[in-house]
Amino acid sequence: MSSPRSLGHVMPRQARFDEPLKLSSGTVLERFDLVYETYGRLNAARSNAILICHALSGTHHVAGTYEGDPRSTGWWDNMVGPGKPVDTDRFFVVGVNNLGGCHGSTGPSSTDPATGRPFGARFPFVTVEDWVHAQARLADYLNIARFAVVMGGSLGAMQALQWSLSYPERLGHAIVIAGAPSLSAQNIGFNEVARQAITTDPNFHGGDYYAHAVIPERGLRLARMLGHITYLSDDAMMEKFGRELLTSQPRFSLDVEFEIESYLRHQGDKFAERFDANTYLIMTKALDYFDPAAKAGGNLSAAMAPARAQFLVLSFTTDWRFSPGRSREIVKALLDNSISVSYAEIESTQGHDAFLMENEDYFSVVSAYMERVAREVGA
Amino acid sequence: MIRADLAAIAHWISPGAKVLDLGCGDGQLLTYLHEVKQVSGYGIEIEPGRVVASIRNGVNVLQMNLETGLSGFDDHSFDTVILSQTLQAMKQTEGILRDMLRVGREGIVTFPNFGYWKNRMQVLTGIMPKSEAMPYEWYDTPNIHLCTLADFESLCRTIGAQVIERIVISAEGRRVHAFPNLMGSLAIYRIRA
Repeated sequence: MSSPRSLGHVMPRQARFDEPLKLSSGTVLERFDLVYETYGRLNAARSNAILICHALSGTHHVAGTYEGDPRSTGWWDNMVGPGKPVDTDRFFVVGVNNLGGCHGSTGPSSTDPATGRPFGARFPFVTVEDWVHAQARLADYLNIARFAVVMGGSLGAMQALQWSLSYPERLGHAIVIAGAPSLSAQNIGFNEVARQAITTDPNFHGGDYYAHAVIPERGLRLARMLGHITYLSDDAMMEKFGRELLTSQPRFSLDVEFEIESYLRHQGDKFAERFDANTYLIMTKALDYFDPAAKAGGNLSAAMAPARAQFLVLSFTTDWRFSPGRSREIVKALLDNSISVSYAEIESTQGHDAFLMENEDYFSVVSAYMERVAREVGA
Repeated sequence: MIRADLAAIAHWISPGAKVLDLGCGDGQLLTYLHEVKQVSGYGIEIEPGRVVASIRNGVNVLQMNLETGLSGFDDHSFDTVILSQTLQAMKQTEGILRDMLRVGREGIVTFPNFGYWKNRMQVLTGIMPKSEAMPYEWYDTPNIHLCTLADFESLCRTIGAQVIERIVISAEGRRVHAFPNLMGSLAIYRIRA
């Protein structure tokens, strides 16, 4: 393997799908666009394609930068690139923005052809299964019959898992990182607080804020601040921010005083600038609805029976939002079906966010697994 | 691990069996069992470097701590559970033996025989034994619960485990029939609850 380098400049592309897509909710989306990026080369056998599924706030821009914007590094640039664990010298990597997104794929801020105005609150709810079906359409469009690997972290992990159930023959491996077979009540609770923050913002206007030329910025900020607390561990937060004050003495004021307050406000502001509130609502609902076991009477092992892929499951020791125990539930269901699975529980202080961070054990595991995949598919 | 050890274990495994290898290291045993018996095998390993090595070798490995038991595994969910040269390094010796016989229909346990004559000789000359099977200095060894054949069989009786078969091999890898507790360097037991 060559030493890790950056992909350099990358370009998003748009694919248009005119065949209607029936969603889990029963609604039919007449046509839709997906924005995606690809890195590396598809080999002659078309056997080296990797699909990367993004999490709640991710996009199709997985790695590399956009020309003229050196700060536009992709969200998983440390993982994906030449000589990196997902090596673009060997694999053809596809990143896609999910349906309902706000970065180019059809979503609530897109124009509804029926009205000529943004969908807003009229955009249908989408589920992880809907995303997987839309992604399969993109695979058809790219002439990829079978992915060597479908992978993702958090909500992306749920998509990788769903791929193995919806299209068992269309992937060789699923890499499920910091995932869960369903959200816990606590997790749904966090999502509900985030949604309430958005929907009770006076600028929300029932989801049709586009027409009023405002955004529910305060709600979106609060939602993101809450999210960030849950993505980090208590220890990681204490280590990073401690009880440090911005000034030497308490000022007895409600302005920003502690470092952590400053960090959360900054994260909230940044997020509100780039993310659509309706998309946030839809994506959190997709998280809440995901529960493949429900279709098998609550029995995850029975639900996993159709899966034919081999699995790599990873969790992080201090992740309390998607704890190692949840990953072990997935592992157990796979074992019950005698499906090939490796499981690594990575030592990390970073909480749920660890799946986005560089970590030697984590990257070694993914590299080793990808080497094995490369041997298998001749990449 | 010596070849005779692998062959003996493979001998007791049915073709296509579902096998769990506790403390699988870099996956050598499972690779071998996959080759010769087409097992559907999983290893358990705690050390990150060995987990990576197993994955690289194409072995299914689950990173878990054996000391906390096999509580995530259902009763009789495996045909055979193997504990190869790991027993002597475990704190929960009794616990893991009970648990492996709960999870597997059968268990295979291998360990270096502390009663091997060369070990006894070294103790007689006043030093802690070192051998091919136990290559560590006393102050730098993972082995905390070494035992002899007699000790192990006594523990089996205590926990109600039944010895189905036993193979004892010498340091040269040959089968030992006479005075096994004295002449055997490595013990391989096939047990069940």
